[in-house]
Amino acid sequence: MSEVPDTPALPEPDEARIGVDSWVAESDRRRAQRRGPLGLVARGWESSPDSVKLLVFIAFASTLPFWLNEGDLFSFGLFTLIYATLGLGLNVVVGWAGLLDLGYVAFYGIGAYGYALVSSPQYGIHWPAEAAIPAVMAATALLGLLLGFSARRLQGDYLAIVTLFFLQAFLAFTGTANPTVAGVGLTGGPNGIPNVDPLKFFGYELNSTKQQYFFLLGVLAVVAAAFYLANLSRTGRAWRALRDDPLAAEAMSMPVDRLKQLAFVIGAATAGLCGAIFAAIEGAVVSTDFTVSVLITIYAVVILGGLGSIAGVILGAVVINVSSQFLAPQNDHPEIKRWLFYGTVLLLVVLAVKPWYRAMVSLLGAVAFGFAVHAIVAAHAAPSWTSGVAVDAGSASTAKDIAGWVVIPVGHGNFDTLAYIAMVVALISVRNLSGWWRTVALIPTLYLTAVVWENLLAPNPAVTALILFGAMLVILMTSRPQGLLGKPRVEVV
Amino acid sequence: MHFLLFSVIDNIRSLGWGGAFQLLRNGIVLGSLYALIALGYTLVYGILKLLNFAHGDVYMVGSFLGFGVLTAFGGALNPGIPLVPLIILMFAAAMVGSGVLGVSIERFAYRPLRNAPRIAPLISALGVAFFLENSAQLLTGGYVYSYEALDLGGKNGNLGPLVSPVFSVGGNPVTVVQVFVVATAVGLMVGLVLLVSRTRFGKAMRATAFDREAASMMGIDTDRVIASTFFIASMLAGAAGVMFGLYIGTTFFFMGFLAGLKAFTAAVVGGIGSIPGAVVGGLLVGLLESFAIGYVGGQWSDIVVFGLLIVFMLVRPSGLLGSYAIQKV
Repeated sequence: MSEVPDTPALPEPDEARIGVDSWVAESDRRRAQRRGPLGLVARGWESSPDSVKLLVFIAFASTLPFWLNEGDLFSFGLFTLIYATLGLGLNVVVGWAGLLDLGYVAFYGIGAYGYALVSSPQYGIHWPAEAAIPAVMAATALLGLLLGFSARRLQGDYLAIVTLFFLQAFLAFTGTANPTVAGVGLTGGPNGIPNVDPLKFFGYELNSTKQQYFFLLGVLAVVAAAFYLANLSRTGRAWRALRDDPLAAEAMSMPVDRLKQLAFVIGAATAGLCGAIFAAIEGAVVSTDFTVSVLITIYAVVILGGLGSIAGVILGAVVINVSSQFLAPQNDHPEIKRWLFYGTVLLLVVLAVKPWYRAMVSLLGAVAFGFAVHAIVAAHAAPSWTSGVAVDAGSASTAKDIAGWVVIPVGHGNFDTLAYIAMVVALISVRNLSGWWRTVALIPTLYLTAVVWENLLAPNPAVTALILFGAMLVILMTSRPQGLLGKPRVEVV
Repeated sequence: MHFLLFSVIDNIRSLGWGGAFQLLRNGIVLGSLYALIALGYTLVYGILKLLNFAHGDVYMVGSFLGFGVLTAFGGALNPGIPLVPLIILMFAAAMVGSGVLGVSIERFAYRPLRNAPRIAPLISALGVAFFLENSAQLLTGGYVYSYEALDLGGKNGNLGPLVSPVFSVGGNPVTVVQVFVVATAVGLMVGLVLLVSRTRFGKAMRATAFDREAASMMGIDTDRVIASTFFIASMLAGAAGVMFGLYIGTTFFFMGFLAGLKAFTAAVVGGIGSIPGAVVGGLLVGLLESFAIGYVGGQWSDIVVFGLLIVFMLVRPSGLLGSYAIQKV
């Protein structure tokens, strides 16, 4: 028994390999290799049916009101649920039917304005929510049907532009046109409609954030379950066929036009529902809540998790809303955004740079590089180059530590602009390098990123969030178009 | 709706022929700007079948680059060098800078998606547009900057030579800058038409637009052709950005999005992929907007313009000068 037995080769997968991405083809094998308790959890999660996953999420989400305070529950909890529900509606139109609808946010706005018109002192009408919400949904669904007529004639970019015009016309109508109806400006112009009634079902008013949160959680559960079943149904299959190849779908005698309009109607009704709830919760409606920024945020929600995946949309809503709330100009935790930023950078470097010691070289190198640069600047340049203070640094010692590592100049006008442009160029160049070149180039790039963050991005967190969403769309589309949870589409040629 | 119609008739009466001429003049100048941007859309669409949402923001960046050069030479009120070289420098900086920006956008946001499903590059383009617009907001502080174009080259608080009238029709002057914008736009368009129809490079461009795969088999470096197309398209947008600054007198971070939308529609109205079509479409959209502002009123003009454009795109998506594409299976 002197021979060492050969390690048994893993069995070849029996599915056809032609035209299949190798990463996809080997996913089963990789999963089988995951061992230990973590692997058990991962396998258990993947093999459990979707209804169980949804229940786990709902169970976790319903504990939130018991350990978050009122303000946090409002910004982190409620808005995540609104984004998730909105994202689910958009997912039907874009993810399943494959129609690029850039007017989606207009339906959200029409829902909000619709609710505000029938339940506010604007015209003295106070419908209860059980009448107002179905009415608003019916109205937005009807408008969705009308806009859906454009999908019959146009596709791709043309449809995108027509729906975007619809959004712009909506914004111009509510924000500036504001026609006078019955003696009052219909939409209140730039001031919007104030004092919208809270949700009131059959005489029972949802006043506290907790009540509203549980109501929304219920709405999300119902919408998610309905869409899950719709996706499994004949119509769901037809939508996906339409998305993958409209011509083939039509040749298979699918009612292509009706399917497109159905997707538009369902998306519009969901957006209308969200808009009505949003109006009631906010207590006021302004047209600036429905701009292109919101559209991009909702697209980021749907695309981050993965187009076409319900779980992906919910994950995307959590990530996008939590990060944008931390980046909101006013919140209770201004110092967290810094740790969130450095944590994300750390995670990205560790995940993207392989093997681990290269990542360590880059990170430790960046830290050392920073101290060196700071020392040189402090010794040789005017004191105004290092006299700045980090914003929202929490305790004084953190502020001092950061200002001792990052160069924060005061009164050097164009420094921020140049540093920002240099950072974008450096990040793009690093993406195109490989091997040790990348490891070495990462050192100054990481430090430059920290400099830009402390000087420019952290003081303007709201714009930063929008920039990051825009960049995320590009990076995801070019490197992982299926999102975090979506299944990669295998193009068989 | 009838009250709107009455007020339109009232406006037409009260503005009279002189007012109509002013609207026509403004429409033609605005239309020339739209036409220049629309040419960029039409070139890129013709070659990649991609709606380049970021194009409008390239135009915005061009406008800021021109403004940067103007500021670097001492500003409009007290320029350090004579007016003509200053304006040439502004155009050069804006055109080269925008061109480089356009090429890098193509390289990093669109090239990896050459063979992806059609929705992917569109979303990527939307992301680039959003990134550029908000970066500009961050870097400019979100303010509206004034070119001070009225005073450009003027001394001691006088109006500059750019706003002196060249000729006037019925007491309504046409100023130097208006003539200049239209003439420059026409010059750039003629140059573009010659480039596409008469040169070897233009031939390569047309071949790539017609069938990219076949063109690359014939030895055409299609990646280079596409990058050059982006350079030319973005250069035109940069020039339009400086012209906007000189004509309207301001530049701001959100100027690109709406202008880009309208210019894309101009390209579609004229028939996408067609260079004369983009010019005709740009003029039509400019005139439509100008007359809508004059006769319908500023707050309704966008709704009227967008409404008419939606109807046009639904009724005749192939445009005025385009032909119906037959889908081959």
